[in-house]
Amino acid sequence: MSQKISIRIDGELIHANSDQSILEAAHAHGKFIPSLCHMKGLTAVGACRLCIVEVAGVGRLLPACTTPVQDGMSVTTQSDKLRRYRKITLELLFAERNHVCAVCVSNGHCELQDLAQKLGVTSIRFPYTYPKVPVDLTHKKFTLDQNRCILCTRCVRVCTEVEGAHVWDVAGRGVGSRMVCELNRSWGESRYCTSCGKCVQSCPTGALAEKGFAVEEMTKRTEPISRLTDLRGANV
Amino acid sequence: MSKAKVATVWLDGCSGCHMSLLDIDETIIEVAKKAELVYGPLVDAQEFPEGVDVTLVEGAVSSQDDLKLVQKIRRRTKLLVSLGDCAVTSNVPSMRNGIPPKVLLERAYVQGADVNHRPPSDGVPGLLRHAVPVHEVVKVDLHVPGCPPKADAIGYVVMELLEGRKPDIAGKVKFG
Repeated sequence: MSQKISIRIDGELIHANSDQSILEAAHAHGKFIPSLCHMKGLTAVGACRLCIVEVAGVGRLLPACTTPVQDGMSVTTQSDKLRRYRKITLELLFAERNHVCAVCVSNGHCELQDLAQKLGVTSIRFPYTYPKVPVDLTHKKFTLDQNRCILCTRCVRVCTEVEGAHVWDVAGRGVGSRMVCELNRSWGESRYCTSCGKCVQSCPTGALAEKGFAVEEMTKRTEPISRLTDLRGANV
Repeated sequence: MSKAKVATVWLDGCSGCHMSLLDIDETIIEVAKKAELVYGPLVDAQEFPEGVDVTLVEGAVSSQDDLKLVQKIRRRTKLLVSLGDCAVTSNVPSMRNGIPPKVLLERAYVQGADVNHRPPSDGVPGLLRHAVPVHEVVKVDLHVPGCPPKADAIGYVVMELLEGRKPDIAGKVKFG
């Protein structure tokens, strides 16, 4: 049973529900905490580490999306230290794959690109890794370009939790991690994909896109999916 | 007051950033009052001069010649600006990086050609293994991303530098 509790976010006293995460409580009060793997209606997993915050009395940074609020908690969402670490995290995401914004279907509508601008990232200080990663164009309607994937797993979660098909998974470890469709089938050979497109709409970058769109043309909407989970009462 | 010496250079890029530079409209009159363009695709100088105040670098570092030139530029320039995504991120030129240069040239000039089946060897510089951003080979003082960066952003950056200020462009520019 959820209770009303009081916490402080950046010094401001706010009321939150005890079953909320720090991120949800912050969002409910119009506060901005950067995030990429979080999507309203899906289980929080703390994959991208961009929503890290400082909690008074805790010696390390905590992801706001997976940390539940506690009565009397005092949270800092903006500080020089957080800005520094968030920039590092974001730059590492860019260095890990081949993000060529100029020729991407999602150029101008990309959460990764937007966040780089918001956080003031104008160059990547780490050497690019230029990995050779697969592109899957076998599905009749959609494309998967892992050059643009940040492994947020929103596609994995939306397919499993909302569509109930569980087509997507992550294979491998660390920098070798890759999206796989049904134990490494090509997407076009998938037996369980319903072609609903929820994974495409959930993808924050151009990694998943619809066919037939050119550079800058792919726009996405996550709200209908979040609304659906709200209506089902499954919102966590 | 003597004019500031400004240079521009075109490495592995499409010249779009230079087009955007020319697109700064009337700001170019103010720039011309304060700066003398001493090297680049827009002027006739053959050798990169000594004592340059500001150099705008367009393009990724992709060949042996790019590397030598950008190292010389660094030695002879006070303030080096990476202009545009190719210089800042290696962008489109980096899309070849997954393929070794030898295989790449074979694909383009042997398998992809109808006549003269051989990669060019005379008068063209050797490709580096990877096309890399400028800051991976020399120190860069300012990054101006964009493909191309908006003319307004370039005009602002150049004018600020000519006024002796360091422009604050964080949040004003984006990749792509």
